[in-house]
Amino acid sequence: MNANNPSASVKRLKSPSQKGTKYIIILSILIVILFAMNLIIGSVHIPFDSIMNIICGNPVEKSSWNFIILGSRLPQGITALLCGAALAVSGLMLQTAFNNPLAGPSILGINTGASLGVAIVMLFLGGSISAGIFSVSGMFAIIIGSFVGSILVLGLIIFFSTLLKNNIMILIIGIMISFVTSSIISLLNFFSTAEGVHSYIIWGMGNFSGVSSEQLPFFIISLSLGLLISIILIKPLNALLLGNRYAENLGINITRIRNLLLITVGILTAVTTAFCGPISFIGLAVPHIARLMIGTSNHNILMPVTLLCGSVIALICNLICVLPGETGIIPLNAITPIIGAPVIVYVIINQRKIQYFN
Amino acid sequence: MKKNTILSAKNIGIGYITGRNKIKTVHSNLSFELQEGELISLIGPNGAGKSTLLRTLSTSQPLLSGNLTFRGKAISSYSEKEISKNIGIVLTDKTQTGGLSVYELVSLGRQPHTGFFGRLSNNDHMIISDALKSVGIDHKSNSYMSELSDGEKQKAMIAKVLVQECPLILLDEPTAFLDVVSRIEIMNLLHKIASSQNKTILLSTHDIEQALILSDKLWLLSKSKGLQCGVTEDIILSGAMDSLFNKKDISFDTNHGVYYPNINWKKKIIVTASNETLLHWGINALNRHNYACMTLENDNTADYAILKINSRDNIELLNPNKISNNINSTKLQFNNFESFIDLL
Repeated sequence: MNANNPSASVKRLKSPSQKGTKYIIILSILIVILFAMNLIIGSVHIPFDSIMNIICGNPVEKSSWNFIILGSRLPQGITALLCGAALAVSGLMLQTAFNNPLAGPSILGINTGASLGVAIVMLFLGGSISAGIFSVSGMFAIIIGSFVGSILVLGLIIFFSTLLKNNIMILIIGIMISFVTSSIISLLNFFSTAEGVHSYIIWGMGNFSGVSSEQLPFFIISLSLGLLISIILIKPLNALLLGNRYAENLGINITRIRNLLLITVGILTAVTTAFCGPISFIGLAVPHIARLMIGTSNHNILMPVTLLCGSVIALICNLICVLPGETGIIPLNAITPIIGAPVIVYVIINQRKIQYFN
Repeated sequence: MKKNTILSAKNIGIGYITGRNKIKTVHSNLSFELQEGELISLIGPNGAGKSTLLRTLSTSQPLLSGNLTFRGKAISSYSEKEISKNIGIVLTDKTQTGGLSVYELVSLGRQPHTGFFGRLSNNDHMIISDALKSVGIDHKSNSYMSELSDGEKQKAMIAKVLVQECPLILLDEPTAFLDVVSRIEIMNLLHKIASSQNKTILLSTHDIEQALILSDKLWLLSKSKGLQCGVTEDIILSGAMDSLFNKKDISFDTNHGVYYPNINWKKKIIVTASNETLLHWGINALNRHNYACMTLENDNTADYAILKINSRDNIELLNPNKISNNINSTKLQFNNFESFIDLL
């Protein structure tokens, strides 16, 4: 490291950004490999050169392979890639904005808000869209429900955050909101049909296969837009590390930035939740993994590393989900806590040694 | 030499807006001026409105009434961006910057000057290096903020405000929570910055000792008397310090520049000493034991005990029976204060 280098202390600090660049390259390579593995691994064996041919648009021996790759594995890979990035970036922004390393879309209730919207659509309107998550019109209603739900919870959080200055209190209010929405969802479940409950439960387990190739463009555009706005927010996020009053003194309009930030988080969370279900722990744990890896809270580096790291984790999770092959797909929410929870426990136990806590 | 006025307030009201049409006024009629290159210490009891005043000046809290002008223009006519380049602040707020290097933290101060993505130019890097040098933590620029001592953290925050390049710097209790050495270092640093870089520095503090030594001016703020401004020595000699805290059992010692608890005089004694230091500490010991001290030997010396401090190991007490009835000798000899105090 730089510590032994006598000239290191004189001029500007180079190590974190160099380390950041190194990790960005490693993570990008990992993403390419994992994405390829997502295309190769599945219940049906398809040779690698056939996959290449399909992607390049050349004809292959079996037309069903064409469908499996283009209609299932490719959209699923892209979904995992973007979902992971979106959730991780949302988590990072919430952690900085609420000045709390344990904030995340699920803890603040944004996830459950989206779930409530989805539950209302699936359970109340269950009769009219009985095909549930698999019909296009049903899917559209679910997206709307999810978006309205998460934006409503975000609105509530914004409202409370104008009343309360203490960020821990806001976090607790978020947890309370998610308790209330969960109990409303339970009540809805109680009064709804078995079919509706079944499709809601399947949706609630989470999976990356919910986005069809027709829905994919909307999915890509909305999440890319959200991720783009997050990149614009890098500079104010760095100022927010100092707290609101310092950030204000650096010329930042706190209310405007906070609203923009929460709307961005709303878009990212609502879209991923609508399509893939309420995925836990990626938003909470990935920013910590990224910070521990590069050793800095500087968003210039932390934001891209978190984004890529989220994609890597989501692709790994998706691979694990499809590993059983013919026996079926493991629910995503059975995998993410196994990866995420130990990270959070590690971070909490070691918080005295971890710089960004002190 | 008359210095340029940078900020001026005429009859301003400060306070909080607590709800719709509900205003809690802390002070309603404050007037003052700030000149370039001055270090001003704002002192006063807790709850006098020091922080409110600083927040109003940094525009993070609205002005309730009156005129506040910065360089001759109403402060409300400045945009957020312009304010951020003209008025810098240092607070005691907790930050989440432990995971930033000192260099990265200081570079945040360049934000008002950098573009959309906050990229630092070579000029920015030079300004940051200079600021790190001038606060004396350039050797720590690669360290994490979490690895610094409290004093060094505060220096880093001061470097942050320096790279903001504001002519006016406001600091809310910059030396709170610091040990004596760091408190002196920080005050000395601020004094140096004010005079060498021609910055106006207004700080609130409870560290009156250091404030009196290094401030060009003092601002005394209290609920009862409002704001009293003046050059440090004028304020001290006017007796204004004495009424600042408005408490019966505390008074200001103009000779030494410190507040003393008032002594419950029970007995009197005459003290003489071979030098000022011995006299000062002799009186200190006697006051603590409720003796009022007279320093001149007047006619009725026989009525009082007389303490003669010749050196720190040669202390004589004449007429000790005036202190304690069961002593018969006319003169006692002590070789330190400990044995003398045992007698009291």
